[in-house]
Amino acid sequence: MSKELIRLKDVSMTFDGDTVLDNMNIYFNDKEFLTLLGPSGCGKTTTLRIIGGFLVPTSGDVFFDGVRINDVPPYLRQVNTVFQKYALFPHLNVYDNVAFGLRIPKAIEEGGTDIDSGSSGKGKRKKAKKVKLSKKEIDQRVREMLEVVSLKGFEKRTVSSLSGGQQQRVAIARALVNRPKVLLLDEPLGALDMRLRKDMQQELKRIQQQMGITFIYVTHDQEEALAMSDTVVVMNNGKIQQIGTPEDIYNEPKNAFVADFIGESNIVDGIMRADRLVEIFGRQFQCVDSGFEKDEPVDVVIRPEDVDIVDVSQGALTGLVTSVTFKGMHYDIIVDFKGFKWLIETTDFCPVGARIGIKLDPDSFHVMKKSEYSGMYGDYSSYSAEYDEIGDAEYQEEDAVDEEEYYES
Amino acid sequence: MKERPSVSGRVLTILTFIFLYAPIIVLIVFSFNSSNSRTVWSGFTLDWYKELFEDSLIMSSLSTTFSVSLISALVATVAGTAAAIGFFNMKKRTRAPLLAINNIPMINADIITGVSMCLLFVAAFGFLGNFTGWLNSVFGFNLPTRFTQGFGTLLIAHITFNVPYVILSVMPKLQQMDRNLVDAAMDLGCSPLSAIWKVVIPDIMPGIINGAIIAFTMSIDDFVISFFTAGSNSQTLAMAIYTMTKKRVTPKINAISTLLFLTVLILLIIVNIRSSRQEKKLQESMKAKKSFVR
Repeated sequence: MSKELIRLKDVSMTFDGDTVLDNMNIYFNDKEFLTLLGPSGCGKTTTLRIIGGFLVPTSGDVFFDGVRINDVPPYLRQVNTVFQKYALFPHLNVYDNVAFGLRIPKAIEEGGTDIDSGSSGKGKRKKAKKVKLSKKEIDQRVREMLEVVSLKGFEKRTVSSLSGGQQQRVAIARALVNRPKVLLLDEPLGALDMRLRKDMQQELKRIQQQMGITFIYVTHDQEEALAMSDTVVVMNNGKIQQIGTPEDIYNEPKNAFVADFIGESNIVDGIMRADRLVEIFGRQFQCVDSGFEKDEPVDVVIRPEDVDIVDVSQGALTGLVTSVTFKGMHYDIIVDFKGFKWLIETTDFCPVGARIGIKLDPDSFHVMKKSEYSGMYGDYSSYSAEYDEIGDAEYQEEDAVDEEEYYES
Repeated sequence: MKERPSVSGRVLTILTFIFLYAPIIVLIVFSFNSSNSRTVWSGFTLDWYKELFEDSLIMSSLSTTFSVSLISALVATVAGTAAAIGFFNMKKRTRAPLLAINNIPMINADIITGVSMCLLFVAAFGFLGNFTGWLNSVFGFNLPTRFTQGFGTLLIAHITFNVPYVILSVMPKLQQMDRNLVDAAMDLGCSPLSAIWKVVIPDIMPGIINGAIIAFTMSIDDFVISFFTAGSNSQTLAMAIYTMTKKRVTPKINAISTLLFLTVLILLIIVNIRSSRQEKKLQESMKAKKSFVR
């Protein structure tokens, strides 16, 4: 888990004057499940394609196992990719698709192809002759891999006769059968419906643990990222916003962008009066954050599920309910506090027009330093409109989007 | 809702087809006429077809036509496919004008293409003759100094006018192809060249085959360009027919024209059936994908 496998150093990427990646520094550990998360156009796919070798960065270096690989073409890298729309070979059946990579003679490094010795043997790079695998070995490995992805018995089927989920698994098998050190996945679940997506998330996690290799996963779906990853990298505008475990990212977002992108957040302006004492709406609250200057202006995040609704008389703040949406497990209510609208998740029904009080525990506050994103997110005054916007964005990004997903977001 | 065509509409349709096909039907019918007349029907015979196969001039022009068509179609298919793949990988800014230029020979009048090629060959041969003459005088070689048009120039001309058709038939297949296929092949260990060989070519094969058939048909069909580039020694079938009409006309012309017409017709039908099948297949696979996603 601790060994570093890939490092991007000062990597920038420019297309026709547009900066897509801006001085990116990041490393990827061996055997970890890392997710690049961000809205479309944030540079996550570009990052993946740089690691895959399909793009050469405008500036900066890419290291694999300590060796600079900027100029190594994709077909010589120990990395395999699962493409967004699978890119299965339509003229080949399932078996031949999976066997494709094995049938190509490769210059094999000592100890490089064996997954078991991958971590232990710091094999020196020896240029071996091009090796062609025997038919028997190919057959054995293909069948083994089809079993791993639960597609036994599908060998002779044509690719076009498979469902989306099955095609997905063929794509994974086709990549993994080559025993890469790293598997790159570019929004692999984007075209699947919600249920299948959830199943495949678990399936992917299982495969990753079974094979014991690094997965670098690209998605714009924050739920997916939180559910599967060891490490999440949140990106926006070609820059890394935060790197951390899913818990860190959710509980301790670094700036307003991360707080807003991961889950729902009410973000309000506050002032740090002292360590563990924050002031919002002119009132002081106990909190758990420290290390700020005295009277430093800050952004304060309050997650909708951390707000307790109480009687007006007991509330630290009081507000007016302006909108109620039934979400099944809970209600989403919008509450107006002195012109600032909050989203609160509650299991108690509060009718529109009701005055309510709220109580906030010290650990329901998360205090962040001011950033370029301050004031851009976290206000729910245009609640319904914002939902529509999210829906539209999703719709444009994926042409095969379906209704469920539309509402789910 | 489909409306039944009106009576006048039907009459118009029938008339259109009569005007279009009457000449050809008359041609075919009279190829079986037992007398020399092309106006009076005097009984059925296959004699003209028999005579056709005994006519050495026609047979030799037939073999010229087939060898030119076959070789030019093959060469044009290879060259056109390579060109199409090259175009496909260009930036749009360079590709668009090149494709437009590619279309010009197809809409250009055949006679212009023919004359210009003829002039080009004459000029090139003049230059070549001077060059070999110079070589002969300086080094004492014994190279020929006079060159004439013949099978070689005919072949070059046919290849030239066939290439655009192949490109036009391969290009859409490339555009339908998932661009990630090449990336995927390289990802799995293919060098760029072997990726083209193992993934791109199989994927666009239907387009390549269609292109080859169209090129072959165009070659068999061609008269004008052949006329200007074949020289005096080689003759294609179309040229042979033209020469025959200048002499005493016999129904042999009808017979050979009928055969030529049928060959081209069959090839075109094959191309059309193939394209409509591919269309269907494409739509089905799209539908299948959509329904599976749900």
